[in-house]
Amino acid sequence: MPNQPENQTPTPSSSPAVEGRKPTGAAGPKRSVIEDDVLIGTLRPLDAKLFGYHQARHLLWRAGFGGSEEQVRTLLAWGPAKSVDYLINASDVPFEEARPDAFDKDILHPPGKEERDMYRAAQRAGDEDTLARVRLERQKREQTDRTQMGEVQKWWLKRMIETPRPLEEKLTLFWHGHFATSFRGVEDSYHMYQQNQLFRSHALGNFGDLLFAIVRDPAMIKFLNNNDSRKNKPNENLARELMELFSLGVGNYTEKDIKEGARALTGYTFDDDAFVFQQQNHDNGGKDILGKHANMDGDAFVRTILEQRACSAHIARKLYEFFVGDLPADAGDIPAPQKSALRELGNTMLQARYELKPVLRRLFLSEHFYDQRFFNEQIKSPVQLVVGAVRSLNTPVRDLSVLNDALDLMGQRIFMPPSVKGWNGGRSWINTSTMFVRQNIMTFLITGRKPKGSDKSTSNGFDALAILPKDVTGPREVVDALLGVTLGQKPQPARRALLAYLESRGNTIDNDTLTSLVLLITAMPEYQLC
Amino acid sequence: MFYPDPFTRREFLRSGLIMASAAATIPAFLSASANAMHGALGGLSSAPGVPDDHILVVVQLSGGNDGLNTVIPFGMPEYYRARTGIGIAEKDVLKLREADGVGLHPALAGVKDLYDNGSAAVIQGVGYPNPNRSHFRSMDIWHTADTSATGDGWIGRYFDSECCGFGSGESGSLPGAAKAKAGKRQPPAEADATAGPPGIAIGRTAPLAMEGRKIKPVSFESADLFRWTGQDVDKALKDPYTELNRRGASELMVPGNPQAQDTNASFLLRTALDAQVSSDLIRKAVSRRPETTFPQSDIGRQLSMVSAMIRAGLKTRVYYTSLGSFDTHSGQGGAQGRHSQLLRQLGDAMKAFYAELRAQGNDTRVLTMSFSEFGRRVGQNASQGTDHGTAAPMLLFGPMVRSGVIGEHPSLRDLDEGDLKYKIDFRSIYAGILEGWMKADSKTILEGTFRPLPVLKKA
Repeated sequence: MPNQPENQTPTPSSSPAVEGRKPTGAAGPKRSVIEDDVLIGTLRPLDAKLFGYHQARHLLWRAGFGGSEEQVRTLLAWGPAKSVDYLINASDVPFEEARPDAFDKDILHPPGKEERDMYRAAQRAGDEDTLARVRLERQKREQTDRTQMGEVQKWWLKRMIETPRPLEEKLTLFWHGHFATSFRGVEDSYHMYQQNQLFRSHALGNFGDLLFAIVRDPAMIKFLNNNDSRKNKPNENLARELMELFSLGVGNYTEKDIKEGARALTGYTFDDDAFVFQQQNHDNGGKDILGKHANMDGDAFVRTILEQRACSAHIARKLYEFFVGDLPADAGDIPAPQKSALRELGNTMLQARYELKPVLRRLFLSEHFYDQRFFNEQIKSPVQLVVGAVRSLNTPVRDLSVLNDALDLMGQRIFMPPSVKGWNGGRSWINTSTMFVRQNIMTFLITGRKPKGSDKSTSNGFDALAILPKDVTGPREVVDALLGVTLGQKPQPARRALLAYLESRGNTIDNDTLTSLVLLITAMPEYQLC
Repeated sequence: MFYPDPFTRREFLRSGLIMASAAATIPAFLSASANAMHGALGGLSSAPGVPDDHILVVVQLSGGNDGLNTVIPFGMPEYYRARTGIGIAEKDVLKLREADGVGLHPALAGVKDLYDNGSAAVIQGVGYPNPNRSHFRSMDIWHTADTSATGDGWIGRYFDSECCGFGSGESGSLPGAAKAKAGKRQPPAEADATAGPPGIAIGRTAPLAMEGRKIKPVSFESADLFRWTGQDVDKALKDPYTELNRRGASELMVPGNPQAQDTNASFLLRTALDAQVSSDLIRKAVSRRPETTFPQSDIGRQLSMVSAMIRAGLKTRVYYTSLGSFDTHSGQGGAQGRHSQLLRQLGDAMKAFYAELRAQGNDTRVLTMSFSEFGRRVGQNASQGTDHGTAAPMLLFGPMVRSGVIGEHPSLRDLDEGDLKYKIDFRSIYAGILEGWMKADSKTILEGTFRPLPVLKKA
């Protein structure tokens, strides 16, 4: 049995905190069947004295992408309030802002008048050569744009790896999955980049502002075909997803609301890279939406949505699943303590008028968030795995293209979510093939050995000794320390296997042996958890 | 081995342990019987205790295969008017004997061969209502068998219903095993230990079609990547790695062990165990050279691997392969050229596949279905290519299929904005395969009533 509660804490410094938590602490972090009488169902703040090593580690992995032993200890020394403030007030942390001109916005500019006239003339004249040339030109531009999309993907991946504001990037990833828009369908890399910047600028801002902004976002408008929506033939895609996925959730609106909402959104389109409102395509009549009758446009539609209680409840649930843990699909199956925690989270959002910082602060400071049953029970998303590995083990980044391809193989190609519903997350990340990809991308990060190809170079560059705390000597202590840093737990049979391996290497503690141990540990099923 | 239900898995492991009580540890038992399996079942046409040993192989033609230049309506003058540059001259067409005015592209000599031997069916005018011309969307429609393109994959739903889902109510048995239970003894658990997963996809990612709610396919691009690369850094890491990743077998079966509960941690232990076992099974299976020769193309390589896995006796029910680059917007060629090369790869690989299966004695167990997300427009475009269209023919292969030409060719006069109108809904073909070949309830799986198209020879 891998998760004996014995020796859970890697250092004495955190022991008192854990021991102080008798009722649930004794159960160990692995019990995920949540019993109503044990799990704390309110968001009351955690006693700062109970914020130990494991709590600090949990916060860093969930509200960020994990970190080194040193970073965990920094949060531990700061205590919960200062740690959470640091993460939430991201804009106070100096970091080079992404420049709006970082990428070429003109690769796919719409054809100008001259171009259009020429094309029409060629069509009329049946000038096949000119038409073919224009088509070829277009294809070349599309090819260039696909290349730029790859560059944008790598740029974001690098940013997630390097940022000193982990929560900002983690929320950018959250909003990308929430307002899931794919380059397949948008087919304009600059619009995808713009949308990514939009998510970042509102990441820790106000959800209402973000909702107003998203119905004006060119990538979203294109992805859900609102640019094809006309007064006499409204397209319902955006109106439907706006309520079903982005704000209220299924069951909190009717088909009629969708039809009326689609009318409100007519005329919301874009020209080149910017939103435009086309009065001539807008339906000016009165609309009945969510029990309200008025002559609404898209903004009024969004305002009406934000007035619904279901909206804060839906967003609270999504945030909870992202940061705390999976919930049963059927609301009736949610255990009572989680239900009440969700209710409190939704209420907090309502009181804060959709400001996100108070909601997240409340969550990250709550006893509920630090219930040990949530520790090491979330399956890392592919992004979390890769970014977290670099950030916590300090491996070289090596090759962003290889990492980007691996994300695809693991089912999370950023900027290309599988559908407007985003990624399903949780267990859907894992199958036998992704399991090997996950293990093998760790081999790549740690040793430089490519998952594919005959490149035998293992020119390392990974300093395994550096992740070991200074004062650790002796095989048992070394294995425990490594397990603590990588897994945050010490599964017993695994520990035995690792000790046996270390012994077969004559218990030599050098970079090679430690690298091998880290390779083995990161190939363990438990490494997929945080 | 691939049961996602933890209870069943524990039960299985327990019974397996009892049967192999002499074995020291579970992982040893698993690997020992994995080896025994290969000896015992290699080349057998049927596994004992499992009456239904039919296999479905899917060949996906990605990008939108030009149906009109695959099965050519040379008898329709409109065809030559619409395709002045890329039309296939009547003299080049491989004529099909019982159909008037249609024939195969000359590059499909391999398919013609199978057809002449009664092992190929050409189903004409296959499509669905309100066709979608986006690659991704239309592909999803074919994968989900749902015109809104939502839900699980159609093959995944078949796995779910046959294994442990809403269909048979049987928990955690492989497809086919549920039926064996009625009145018969269950196949021994140790045979199941090496049965192989219900679905194997060759490719970078698992196709949506194979994704069930409970059952997930095993997918791999090439067998040598379906393994841990850490052992290449140092061979000595192989043993501790194997031990660490097969812990699931022993840890999951300890009664009262929290790991045996349905936590994410136990789920990961189970999947890691599955990955280890299927990695060994599959890599061992495909390492054996085929009896016959396969073409060097990628689809040839894929079908060669499938034949090797069939030969090794894996009880996998569905294999998924794919061939890309059918998105021929420009310079697609006619009797020669890009499109013809793709068709040649398909035809030659398919001919080789069935020659190999025949040599193994497995050909009558295997039905192959090829499809594409859409056909292409009737008229060629200004770039000597064709744009996204709608209905297209579908090809089925195998000695058991109702060989011949099925259905009518869609009219080239009565078009829908320049596109063919479909004659047969693709879901009728899925239903026919599910009912006739896989012996499954198509109504439950396809969540709608599609009249099954008879796809098999009359018994």
